[in-house]
Amino acid sequence: MSVLAKSQLQETFELNIGPQHPATHGVLRIKVTMDGEYVVKAEPVLGYIHRMHEKMGENRTWAKFWPNLGRLDYLSAIAYNHGYAGLVERANSIEVPERAEYIRAITVELNRIQSHLLWFGAFVLDLGGFTPLMYAFDEREQILDLLESVTGSRLTYCYFRFGGVYNDIDDDFIAGTRAFIKRFRPQLPMYDDLVTNNVILMNRLIDIGPISAEMCRKYGATGPVLRGSGVNFDIRKNEPYGAYPEFDFDVPVYHECDSMARYKVRMDEMEQSLRIIEQALDKLPDGPVMAAKVPKMLKPAKGDYVFAVEAARGTFAMRAVSDGTNTAYRMRLRSPTYSNLSLFEEASRGMLLADALAFMGSLDLVIPEMDR
Amino acid sequence: MNELIRVVIYFVGIAAFLGLNLAYLGWVERKGAGHIQRRTGPKEVGPFGLLQPLADGLKLMSKQLIVPDNADKWLYMSAPILAMVPAVLLFVVIPFGENLVPREFNLGLLMIFSFASVASLSILMGGWGSGNKYSLIAGTRAVSQCVAYEIPMLITAITIVMITGSMDLNEIVRQQGDYFWNWNIFRFDKSIFMPLSFLVFFVCSMAETNRAPFDLGEAESELVAGYITEYGGMGFGLFMMAEYANLVIGCSLTTILFLGGWQSPIGIFPGPHWFLIKMYFLIWCFVWIRWTYPRTTLWGLLNLSWKYLIPFALVNLLVTALFIKVF
Repeated sequence: MSVLAKSQLQETFELNIGPQHPATHGVLRIKVTMDGEYVVKAEPVLGYIHRMHEKMGENRTWAKFWPNLGRLDYLSAIAYNHGYAGLVERANSIEVPERAEYIRAITVELNRIQSHLLWFGAFVLDLGGFTPLMYAFDEREQILDLLESVTGSRLTYCYFRFGGVYNDIDDDFIAGTRAFIKRFRPQLPMYDDLVTNNVILMNRLIDIGPISAEMCRKYGATGPVLRGSGVNFDIRKNEPYGAYPEFDFDVPVYHECDSMARYKVRMDEMEQSLRIIEQALDKLPDGPVMAAKVPKMLKPAKGDYVFAVEAARGTFAMRAVSDGTNTAYRMRLRSPTYSNLSLFEEASRGMLLADALAFMGSLDLVIPEMDR
Repeated sequence: MNELIRVVIYFVGIAAFLGLNLAYLGWVERKGAGHIQRRTGPKEVGPFGLLQPLADGLKLMSKQLIVPDNADKWLYMSAPILAMVPAVLLFVVIPFGENLVPREFNLGLLMIFSFASVASLSILMGGWGSGNKYSLIAGTRAVSQCVAYEIPMLITAITIVMITGSMDLNEIVRQQGDYFWNWNIFRFDKSIFMPLSFLVFFVCSMAETNRAPFDLGEAESELVAGYITEYGGMGFGLFMMAEYANLVIGCSLTTILFLGGWQSPIGIFPGPHWFLIKMYFLIWCFVWIRWTYPRTTLWGLLNLSWKYLIPFALVNLLVTALFIKVF
């Protein structure tokens, strides 16, 4: 906290950022106590879009919970599909065919690129640069078209099923994905030229919003936030699931702990996702995309099941307690941005308002996923 | 009688020029932004969307003027008007051509600077009078920004006054002569830093007009819409038009002081067309920069002014004085 902020603590005023505010990208409200342009305390207030997803998971059958997964994190919904599919398959010991696992990896990674692209555009928009958003949306549109052709939806995907995926991918999808990779690869250096190396952007991101690895552990921050703080942790590597052990990819880690590090982690992750998709397309095995005998009514054995996946924003974990009936006794969703936002209060103390909002943008918040 | 006719003609002329510019700079900006961003910009209303400004104007004029409960009514209502008045007034001293000056006035430069400061007052009034915290923050930001950037701008203008020995804008243009190497921007015999001081002046006029990347007063991701948050209808419209009027003034002034005003770069056909070409080129640069760069922070902005631009402007002043004395 600055000397100014300390000496004049009594002369503060409160500013409500949100629930409707251009910087919060949704119905997040932040109650900021400000001293001039300095943030003394920023307290996030949640609950404006709470829909009781966990309770819904407890009062309907396992299969009926599927559509909810597309409505949590609407930007990386397929990873959430993966989390739920993995959980229930683990609980019921369902074997997933290899082709289905590969298709899952391809769609999840496409979805991850799409999510990072939208974040990239919206983040630079937060910093006042309007143009990159349009470029990012141009690329994002290609991914949405690809995913639409195979899943049938563009945003709230409900594509996975217990034991596989709902729809096989066809040659058009494969050719389209390859064309997209070819088109998208040269764009990444262009973004670097246009945006990353811009001196104004560098001034606004470097050394702004430092989060130590210690703080990340304290609040349970995961994903690019954690990797931007120098911790090499990625569920895809540390607790491999699905087809991921068979792919060769790197986990980008930056040690600067500032907003720029988080920015670069996401930009590098797009490249790594492209690598995963390429390998998956090359090695794509033949076979069915659904497990042969999945019972219509699932009744997992009594027990406590957990499954975690790496979503675009960090670790998404699902925990279900089954009492042996056809509904879950307890359903718990551990969503990444809820934890990532928790550290905002501590990390933003003493920042300038403009920096605090840039820092919030670098956390990549998706509000419906926080409130559930 | 002749004087009266002259006044009426210039009054109508300025009103027409200004009206056309204020309406169509918005269109230029939207089209320019569109092409920079891989889209087409307005195209539905009229051919190439050319009637869009009229549609926008009609919409703004037909909207109700709402005064918020917390607002200070007089400040709130008078701020947009106060923003507009100096911007319009300043066209009186701009020399569009050698004989095309509404009022040749030997303190033209002084008048421009004194009235340009009123613009920041109107922003403060709007920000304070709105009774909104976002507006208030924006208002104070805009004022500290204008104070910081008027100093290097003035010092740079003083070097030009020292070189030409006149504050009459037309005289400043006249002294720059034909051919582009006679323009102040390239007059290395007066100071070796002339191109740099042009750049300083350009940056300062960008900051003075509150244009991106210095649009801290209306930083929409932080302050919703800054000092215009509470304004709707023509209150907002007047602020927008004042912004464009200030843009035209700023670019005209840069053209006059550094780029030889109505003088021809190749020595033939001097006249208003050269002035307009140079001015619109500068305006296009403003649009281009606005849609390319992200916004600076207030601290970064003030640092740039106090730590780089003002010291440089002072050094430049000294160097110019030395050059004039020695050569």
